[in-house]
Amino acid sequence: MAQEELDKAVSGEYALGFEIDIEEDKVPPGLSDEVIRFISKKKEEPDWMTELRLKAYHKWLEMEEPHWGHLEYEPIDYQSISYFAAPKKGPESLDEVDPKILEAYEKLGIPLEEQKQLAGVKVAVDAVVDSVSVKTTYQEELMEKGIIFCSISEAIRDYPELIKKYMFSVVPMNDNYFAALNSAVFTDGTFVYIPKGVRCPMELSTYFRINALNTGQFERTLIVADEGSYVSYNEGCSAPMRDENQLHAAVVELIAHKDAEIKYSTIQNWYPGDEEGKGGIYNFVTKRGLCEGENSKISWTQVETGSAITWKYPSCILKGDNSVGEFYSVAVTTLAQQADTGTKMIHLGKNTSSTIISKGISAMKGQNTYRGLVKIGANAEGARNYSECDSLLIGDQCGAHTFPYLESKDAHGQVEHEATTTKISDEQLFYLRQRGINEEDAVSMIVHGFCKEVFSQLPMEYAVEAKALLNLTLEGSVG
Amino acid sequence: MSNVVMEIENLHARIGAKEILKGLNLQLEEGKVHAIMGPNGAGKSTLSKAITGHYDVEVTEGAIRYKGQEIVDWEPEDRALEGIFLSFQNPVEIPGVNNAYFLRTAVNAKRKHQGLEELNAAEFLREMKALVQELGMKPEMINRSLNEGFSGGEKKRNEILQMMMLQPDLIILDEIDSGLDIDALRAVSEGINKMKDGKRSFLVITHYSRILDYIEPDYIHVLKDGKIIKTAGPELVAELEEKGYGAIEEA
Ligand SMILES: Nc1ncnc2c1ncn2[C@@H]1O[C@H](COP(=O)(O)OP(=O)(O)OP(=O)(O)O)[C@@H](O)[C@H]1O
Ligand SMILES: [Mg+2]
Repeated sequence: MAQEELDKAVSGEYALGFEIDIEEDKVPPGLSDEVIRFISKKKEEPDWMTELRLKAYHKWLEMEEPHWGHLEYEPIDYQSISYFAAPKKGPESLDEVDPKILEAYEKLGIPLEEQKQLAGVKVAVDAVVDSVSVKTTYQEELMEKGIIFCSISEAIRDYPELIKKYMFSVVPMNDNYFAALNSAVFTDGTFVYIPKGVRCPMELSTYFRINALNTGQFERTLIVADEGSYVSYNEGCSAPMRDENQLHAAVVELIAHKDAEIKYSTIQNWYPGDEEGKGGIYNFVTKRGLCEGENSKISWTQVETGSAITWKYPSCILKGDNSVGEFYSVAVTTLAQQADTGTKMIHLGKNTSSTIISKGISAMKGQNTYRGLVKIGANAEGARNYSECDSLLIGDQCGAHTFPYLESKDAHGQVEHEATTTKISDEQLFYLRQRGINEEDAVSMIVHGFCKEVFSQLPMEYAVEAKALLNLTLEGSVG
Repeated sequence: MSNVVMEIENLHARIGAKEILKGLNLQLEEGKVHAIMGPNGAGKSTLSKAITGHYDVEVTEGAIRYKGQEIVDWEPEDRALEGIFLSFQNPVEIPGVNNAYFLRTAVNAKRKHQGLEELNAAEFLREMKALVQELGMKPEMINRSLNEGFSGGEKKRNEILQMMMLQPDLIILDEIDSGLDIDALRAVSEGINKMKDGKRSFLVITHYSRILDYIEPDYIHVLKDGKIIKTAGPELVAELEEKGYGAIEEA
């Protein structure tokens, strides 16, 4: 089939590229001790936090930006970025939230008002615009069960013991360049604590949106599931269209204690930039989960459709015996997007098992790289891993690359790896069209089929959203 | 003589640089069953692809008129929506696409095209299940991925299932009988016979007389080296079986 036809079919317009005109409170660009103190002060943080930030900043100054990813981009000028932007009105309750912000969330399809429930299912939402959490819903109802769901800033003020205990415990502040930067300047994010034996009764969600010009977004998420608890958490992201690239460097830490389970789903739709990659978000994210206790389980599901550059490897450290780590990923690169993503499964405990299902879709000039590490420690008797990495190419200007790494100190470890690269074949497209299904629907049907194993891991409402997003990204309006 | 549903005139078509159809003429009549026989590589599947608008086949000369309209420039889906159905010689596998979901999308695309209301999932499933049973297919086929891991015979039955759900006007069956066991051949033939209504036309490509015994064609055409070299009544089958295609050439 003609290449232009395909290109036309796959160049979806970015539908979330609107900008909201809200008054912003923003520090001048650049980083220094003063800027860090300013951020910490703005957030009314205790001194110990300010000191931790400064420590991270000084470590960062000594570190170098990593360049081992299969990514090409202009150098980032860290002094031209503004590290703090907040909507000027500091909201206390929903009534005080700037109606324009509410409108923005409406456009994103996110129910900020508690009575608006997604498909009849309760979803508690923490919404973060630029650097500040603007609204957390259902907080009180959750509190009754002892569940803490609040912005990380609130948590630092209200739950210092939990923060001191867990923050930096999974991703140390000097873990990598971007994690160190985040540790110094993180502006907001979400904190979740599920007490012993509690099953969180609703989906928890955070929506991140970069709105202000020339700002970076550095959110930090910390989720602790105490013994025997369960939580399903979802994050979504978007940003307006810009001419300049914006930096996003988040850190997510998960801790699952004995018999606890955390399900973490991401639908990432940061602005991808134009056909040359201009204006998109640079997304450098460190996500790591620690299966601390026996029989604990952490499951990462991600649908990555946005960003100009994605550098992201959600990982699991399987420390507890019999603990389970899972990674389900769909990464789409179209236009000139580049994604270098994958996972690390570190098996330390006995009989630990991990599953990796990665689906990469490349269209137009998109470049998709899977990078996965499975490491089996000396004491990880009976460890098992299954990895499957499939790439789907649409057109012939895009690329897919797979780099699986395996380190095994245990001869008994059982590791299976499968990888495939396929093209949407003319035969498949023709078959569907011969049955009266138009080309656009046929492409989307084949792509959804390819992603099925991952979508089936998402909570129902989000699976619907992910499919719609995928259609938008890959097809848009033909013509 | 009945109305002509499709008229193919001096059709030249190539795949890549190679000319496969070399001035083919064929008329298909409304309500009739036409069988095409011919040696391997003669261009039978290529003809079915030319009629349905496959990307591989480039029509360089001639005309294909369907219900009076020239369709050579039509998109494949438009030909399908207007009632042309092809049962593929080798149905392709589409991983992860649920068989029922796919077929419901197809059925509803057609209903929409006809200005009818879409079938909801329950109505659709009721119909599909009944046909699955009638064709002797395993009920689990409904929710498997489209053709994925289907045996040869299962794929063919699935094609017939689609045909029966879509209710097309012109049905092309490319070697529907190859790879079918005896029971499957009977079930499939019965399915086809049930579709005969005096209006609907069939173009049955086959190498064997067995299926023709079941579905009783009105005409036999011999396709050889990119052309129809002979058209006759059903009595031609016996002659072909006896003498082979070589004898026909001289005829
Ligand atoms: N994609 C293709 N590329 C190159 N040649 C092709 C292609 N498809 C078909 N051909 C060639 O075109 C000719 C006709 O093929 P076609 O499939 O139409 O034959 P057929 O009559 O259906 O044969 P059979 O009875 O074996 O199914 C053959 O020589 C075949 O090799
Ligand atoms: Mg053939």
